[in-house]
Formats: sequence, C-alpha cells, structure tokens
Amino acid sequence: MSVELGHFALVLALALALVQAIVPLVGARIGSSSLMRVGEPVTITGFALVSVAFAALVLAYLQSDFSVVNVWENSHSAKPLLFKITGTWGNHEGSMLLWVLILAFFGALVAAFGQNLPPTLKANVLAVQGLIASAFLLFILFTSNPFMRLEPAPIEGQDLNPILQDIGLAVHPPLLYLGYVGFSVSFSFAVAALIDGRMDAAWARWVRPWTLAAWAFLTGGIAMGSYWAYYELGWGGFWFWDPVENASLMPWLAGTALLHSAIVMEKRSALKIWTVLLAILTFSLSLLGTFLVRSGVLTSVHSFATDPARGVFILAILVFFIGGALTLFAVRAASLAPGGLFHPISREGALVLNNLFLTTATATVLIGTLYPLLIEAISDNKISVGAPFFNLTFIPLFLPLLVAVPFGPLLAWKRGDLAGAFQRLQFAFWAAGATAIAGYFLIDRASAVAALGLGLGIWLIVGALTDLALKSGLGKVGVAVALRRLTGLPLSIFGTCLGHAGLGLSVLGIVSVTALQAEHILTMQPGQSTEISGYTVQFQNLRPFTGQNYTEEQAQFAAGTVRGGSLGEIVSSKRLYTARGMPTTEAGIKTIGLSQLYISIGDQTPSGLVVRIWWKPFVTLIWIGALVMMAGGFISLMDRRLRVGAPARRKAAALAGEAKS
Amino acid sequence: MRFRTLLLACGLLIGFVGGAAAVQPDEVLKDPALEARARHLSTELRCMVCQNQSIDDSDAELARDLRILLRERLVAGDTDEEVLDYIVSRYGEFVLLKPRFNARNALLWAAPVLILVGGGLLAFTAFRRRGDSAPAPLSPEEEASLRNVLKDEN
Repeated sequence: MSVELGHFALVLALALALVQAIVPLVGARIGSSSLMRVGEPVTITGFALVSVAFAALVLAYLQSDFSVVNVWENSHSAKPLLFKITGTWGNHEGSMLLWVLILAFFGALVAAFGQNLPPTLKANVLAVQGLIASAFLLFILFTSNPFMRLEPAPIEGQDLNPILQDIGLAVHPPLLYLGYVGFSVSFSFAVAALIDGRMDAAWARWVRPWTLAAWAFLTGGIAMGSYWAYYELGWGGFWFWDPVENASLMPWLAGTALLHSAIVMEKRSALKIWTVLLAILTFSLSLLGTFLVRSGVLTSVHSFATDPARGVFILAILVFFIGGALTLFAVRAASLAPGGLFHPISREGALVLNNLFLTTATATVLIGTLYPLLIEAISDNKISVGAPFFNLTFIPLFLPLLVAVPFGPLLAWKRGDLAGAFQRLQFAFWAAGATAIAGYFLIDRASAVAALGLGLGIWLIVGALTDLALKSGLGKVGVAVALRRLTGLPLSIFGTCLGHAGLGLSVLGIVSVTALQAEHILTMQPGQSTEISGYTVQFQNLRPFTGQNYTEEQAQFAAGTVRGGSLGEIVSSKRLYTARGMPTTEAGIKTIGLSQLYISIGDQTPSGLVVRIWWKPFVTLIWIGALVMMAGGFISLMDRRLRVGAPARRKAAALAGEAKS
Repeated sequence: MRFRTLLLACGLLIGFVGGAAAVQPDEVLKDPALEARARHLSTELRCMVCQNQSIDDSDAELARDLRILLRERLVAGDTDEEVLDYIVSRYGEFVLLKPRFNARNALLWAAPVLILVGGGLLAFTAFRRRGDSAPAPLSPEEEASLRNVLKDEN
C-alpha cells in the first residue's frame, strides 16, 4: 500500500513540477505577481511529495518487500539494517530518486529562504528548477520506476552488490549528489538572469552561498568516495582516473572556478558574462556526469544497470538543458554590461589566472574521458585513455596554479603589487625551500621531484596562514591586539585560508604516498614476519569467520616497530557474500599517526599465503586536506555577508541612516 | 557486440570485485632494476577484461598472463618500447592506457596546450581591448571637485 502511495506521490510531484516550471515563468513574463507567487508553495509541496515517495521506498527496503522489483533486485532479508536503508540508493532507480529528492530540497530552500530575492528573479529561478525536476521525474517514471511490483512476490531478494555493503554508501552518494545537484541552483540563477537580461553584484551575492555549499558537499563526497575505493578495492590506490571519478572531478574543477569568479563579480562586478557561463557549464558537467554514469556508456561498478532507453532519455535531457542554456547565453550575454576595470596584476587578475588553469584542467579531463568514445564512434578503432595520460597532462597544468595560489589573497583589488606580495610570502617561501631541501637529503628514496612536491604543500599551507597573519597585523602590533583582530576577521577570510591550506595538506599526502610508499609482495607461513619501513608485520594465523550475510577467511597479523614495540593486531580477509556468491577483499589497515600500514591478502599457495603489505606515509592527509577544504567552505558560508537576508537588512539600515541625516 | 558485453560482465565480476592487488610473489623478477621497469610498464597497460584497471592492479587471469609475458620479453632483452610494440601488435592499441602520439590522437594530446594558450590569448586581448576604453582622464571640473572632497576629508 505504502508503495502505491509513494508511486502516486511521485506522479503528483511531477504534476506540481510542471506547474512550478510554467506558472511563475509566465507570471514573470507578464508581470503578474500573483502568478509569480505560485512558485513558492508549489515548490515546497513538491519537495514534501518527493520526500513521501522516497520514504515509501525506504520503508519497502526496511520491510524487505520483495514484491517490489527494485527491492527484490537489490536487497536481502539477512542484510544488516544500515545496508537495508542505504541500499535504497545503491541501485539505479533509487539513486535517481535520491537525485530528485535533493533537487526538490534545494528548490524548497530557495523558495523558503529567498524572501528578499527580487520577485521576478525568484520566480524565474524556481521555474528553471521546476523544469529540471520535471525532466528527471519524467525520466524516473518512464524509464526507471522504483515502485514496479512483481507478481508473484519472491521469497528472498537477490542482495545488494557486496562492494556497496559498506558505510561508504551511507555517506558518499548523498554528499556527492548534494554537490552535483546543488550546482543546479547556480545554474537556475544564471538562466534566470539571462531570461531577465539583468544581473548585478547582488546577483553574485545570492549565487555565491549556493555555489559554496554545493562545492563543499562535492569536495566531501569526492573525498569520501576516494577513501572508500582506497580501503574497499584492496590495492590501496586513492584515485584511478576512472571515467566515473572524472565525471565527479569535472564539476568540482568547474565549480572551484565558479566559486572564485563569483568573488570577482560580487566584489568588483567584473567577469559577469564569464561567471554566468561558468555557472551553466558547472551544472552541465554535473548533468554530463549523471549521463555518463547512468546511461551505461561507461560501465563500471557505479552504473548499476545498462539500458539504452535510459541513455537516450538522459541524453535528451542533457541536450535540452545544456543546449537551451547555452543558446540563451549566446543570445543574451551581450546585454550584460561589462563591469569594473582592473590591471592584470591584481586580485582580479589572479582569479582570472585561476579560472584559466582550472578551466583548462576541466577541459583536459573532459576530452580525456570522452576521446575513446569519440574514436570508437568515428572509426573502428578502440583506444584507452587512462591514468598515465592524465598524470602527464593534468599534473603539469595544476602545478603552476598551486604555485600561484598563495599570491591571490595577498594582491590588492584593481592593481596589485607582485613584488610586495612576494616579499610578504618570504616566510612561506623559506619554509617551503627548507622542507624541500630537508626532504631531499633526509628521506630515503626521495627524488628531487618528490622533495619539491613536499615543498609545494608547505608553500600552500604556510602561504595560506601568512594571509591570516598579515590581516591580523601579527608582527606589527602586539600579540594580544593581533589575536583580537584575528577573531574579528570576517569568517570568509578563514574560509579562504582553510580552503587553500587544505589543498596544501592534500598535496602533501598525495606527494608523500606516491613518491615514498613502500610495498612488499610475498608469501607467508604462520609465524613468519617481515619488515617494512621500520615496522614489523608477523602473520599469525588464518581462521574462518561467519558474519550476518557473509563468510570469510580472516588473516591475523601482529604489527610492531623494529625496536620491539607492539602496535596491535591487523585483520585482513577474503570475504564471500553468500547470497550472490561474490568474493570481496577486506583490507587490513592500521593507522599510525597520519600514516597507514595496509595489508591485503591473496590466495593460499603451497609456499604460504600471498600477502601484500604497503607502508603509506601520510596517506590520511589526502582526505584530511579535503575535509579541511570542506570545512573552509562551510565556515565561509557562515560569514555574515553571505547569510541569507543580510543584503536586505543592510539596505534597510542604510536607508534608515540616510533618513536620519 | 556480444564479445564486448562479455568483457563488461567479466569486468564487473573479476575486475572490480576480485579486489586485491595483482602482482603475485612468483611473478617477481630477481633483478630489481628489471622488475622496476616491469612494474612501470604494467601500470601503462590495460587489463583487457576489466574496467579501466591496469594489469598492475588487476588479479584477472588475463592480466597475469600479460604481466608474465612482458617480463619474459624484458628478460629476453627487449627495450620498454619493444615490449609495448610487441603487446600492441598482439592486443591492439586498446591495451595502452597512455595513447600513442600519432595523428589520430593529435587532438587529445594537443588539447590541453591549445586550450591554455587560446584561453590565455583570449584573456589577454580582453585586457587589451578594455585597456583602450580605459576611463578618460578627469575633466578640470572633476579635478576641482575631487580636490574639494579631499580637502574636506582632511
């Protein structure tokens, strides 16, 4: 019954989304405020309806209602409770429903908290959101309905793909989708501004928080996905340049560019046309990612099912929204007046440089991801574009950008002083140089490139902190005064600092694990031990273990230091999920400080158990850095200027002030 | 087509789910320098039955065969280039994760540079054009009112 209720709610949501797409738009066109006002309640009710549909599907999973095709295909009565819930979106249909739920959620947020948006802008934004929601609800209802019934109902389900039976599924997709879909708001604002043919600094002030929130979620989502792959896939890699990863990296890169160009637009009303284009491109890349993953053009663990009808449908959505928005852009962009002038060496100039490199990096990933498809389409040949290509192109593109990062916040608006900025970055420069030199001479196996990489990480971190120190006047005024000033700084400054310092932490982690990790591949007999980078690992025994829905062979290892200290036990196992008969490898990981010992086991051979042991120095910094970046995003979001409602209050206060004088 | 579907199905089952890194202890060459070259080469070769995995990462049977094959060639004295040529002649260019520099892939390799240079030029000309329309110098009246404002400030 609740399943039919959910299905019905979804159909109703589609009807409301159509109303939301049309009525406010018409209202804005003919200047009818009553029509424009329809947008708000309809959007909020639409969100409520999609929530009901989503809750109905979760309930079906909780009850293991195998009369629902989707539940039967992806669940099992013996599955642990958490995975029954997260399994809801661990499949194509359910994940699309989550996509639409988040889209409706963002729409409702704009409707509920955008009180001081100009009415026509708000009406247009909600209409564009409604249009996107309509397209995806149609897609779900016609090609990917999660509420289909099965008659007669099977006794038992087919279980969830074992790889997905992990806490990662509870965190990674929701965060990723909050990012992907969050960019829809920036997109809707851009399209609304183009429809209106009007946009000012206030527009950027409204767009920035949404972009910032989406970006922060996407950062967290990608980092979580990376860590999940790291511990689940069992060979200790953190980034594979898999097309599906690229699909999430592209909106992140474009979103990062958007975040920065929106600053220029808000502060200096320059780069307007470019910012609008970036807002369109960023969400277009999110849509493209959804298409690439969901259509099965690229088959991987992420595309749960492949069905040509779905691919064609999403492709149509893609063409409609990207094509439509870009056409509108081509027609209307010229009407947006160019804004403030600036010298190439200035904060604006630095942000243009940032955008140039980020956009090129995005395009490189895009071309690398699509090129094999292109070659296959126009000829009979098949080629592969994999990690070695991206490492050779993306990294050289990203390095100059990383070197330039600390300069940005230190340059003045309009016309900056590069020599002065460099002088103020002296401390960061020497710290980075010292790190590189110390790294080169003190760390075994450290090549010159690796040492420079470590220096680059320190350059970013100390450079970011330098900005804080300068802004609080540390060194010029007393420590107490500086501290007081520091606490008085706008939160967005801390956001910038954390964003850039987090990037530095990730760089440190990536460089150190890529250049300095150690690997041992060997066969071990019980009792045998081996040494790796100053640690000892002793294989103790292999024992069977039975979990709730799997059986496994657990290998127990004792970890210790060469000097004899004990670090406890590491358990690594080969697991067999009984329902699907699928094997997985569960890596054994011991975190020591910021580094990790990583053990995965292979087959039992006559000479012993195949064991692979890695020492991964500072590997956790990769994800800690991403979390710091994410925190920077949210702290910046709490800045008073960006809080919803601030512009109106300030304007009211200013008016009151004028009236008094 | 059926072959492709089969590959994809195998990829899902073997490639991703198989997990655990690939190189087996019995494959490792005695000569560390040769083994290092073998490891490097195997990160550039695709496991044909997996999803975007190199043979270095995959524990599929076919990946193992390829790893052993390339080590045999190295031991026989082939250069890296000769090993790759040999494997490409048997498996096609699809096996290379780093596409070759050739006419067909020219666009792929040139794109990053073209975009960076093109974008840079675009930004540069925008600066130049905007530079021409830089604000006109202040008129005498404006100069005067500016002086007044500054005087008030003091």
